[in-house]
Amino acid sequence: MTENRRFTVIDDGRATELDEAEGIAHAKRAETSGRPVAVDRDERAAYLGVSAAERAKALASLEAPDFKLPDLDGRLHSLSEHRGKKILLVAYASW
Amino acid sequence: MITVAIDKSAEDARPWIEAAKPTHPSLTDTTHVLADLYNLVNVPTILWIDERGRIVRPNDVAFGTDTFKHITGLQAAAHLSALRAWVRGETTALPEARIRALQSLPTEDDQRARAEFGLGEWLFNQGRTEAAARHFARAGELAPHDFTIRRGTMPMRGIDPMGPQFREMLGAWVKAGNPYYRPLAE
Repeated sequence: MTENRRFTVIDDGRATELDEAEGIAHAKRAETSGRPVAVDRDERAAYLGVSAAERAKALASLEAPDFKLPDLDGRLHSLSEHRGKKILLVAYASW
Repeated sequence: MITVAIDKSAEDARPWIEAAKPTHPSLTDTTHVLADLYNLVNVPTILWIDERGRIVRPNDVAFGTDTFKHITGLQAAAHLSALRAWVRGETTALPEARIRALQSLPTEDDQRARAEFGLGEWLFNQGRTEAAARHFARAGELAPHDFTIRRGTMPMRGIDPMGPQFREMLGAWVKAGNPYYRPLAE
């Protein structure tokens, strides 16, 4: 009997290992439900994204989407913990 | 102020953060969490968020200094004085209808590009760099205006993001009639 091949599904930033057929079916279902999905059959991995409609609706509400991101020490900071203050949010990069 | 470095690793941002010795939260975003939530397509991008957590200035291009003025043509002073006036309460925020009119919202191709980026980023961190590069290239085809993808993934494809391949990419982009940066009209 051959060993079941594994397939990684990355959803909401988290990678989960599934049986290959199950993983592919999972990715297909996400795509059918309108989510953007990137699949690599050779690498046996899929990434499930968030739809443009969902992101656009959130942004158009003007409610600033909350996030949790680490500082250099790995400590997580959220936008919402600064509620009550005016925030200048600056995205930059070393490139 | 909250700063977020959109980089492949915290180590890429570390020298800048350590040199600046900031007192504000200085965060790193290696998986494009912020780019996805806010539809960021290049850096620098700034937003103003008020005390209630509402966006009062949507994605805009602003520099803190004039270091890159000779390349971008953008001066820091205009944004800085508008920012000071807003922080001091000397100006009222734009009407919500105006803010919405200034927003740029993601398309399905933008989000498909972000999914391709996400898969590529995961593969890259698994050491599967050739497969990663294919997905980064696909992402760039889906969203050619997204420099967080086209330029931001260069360090993960062995390409110097300040080098000839970047200048060639930018040159073709500008020659096709696209602006390097799109600051808000006001």
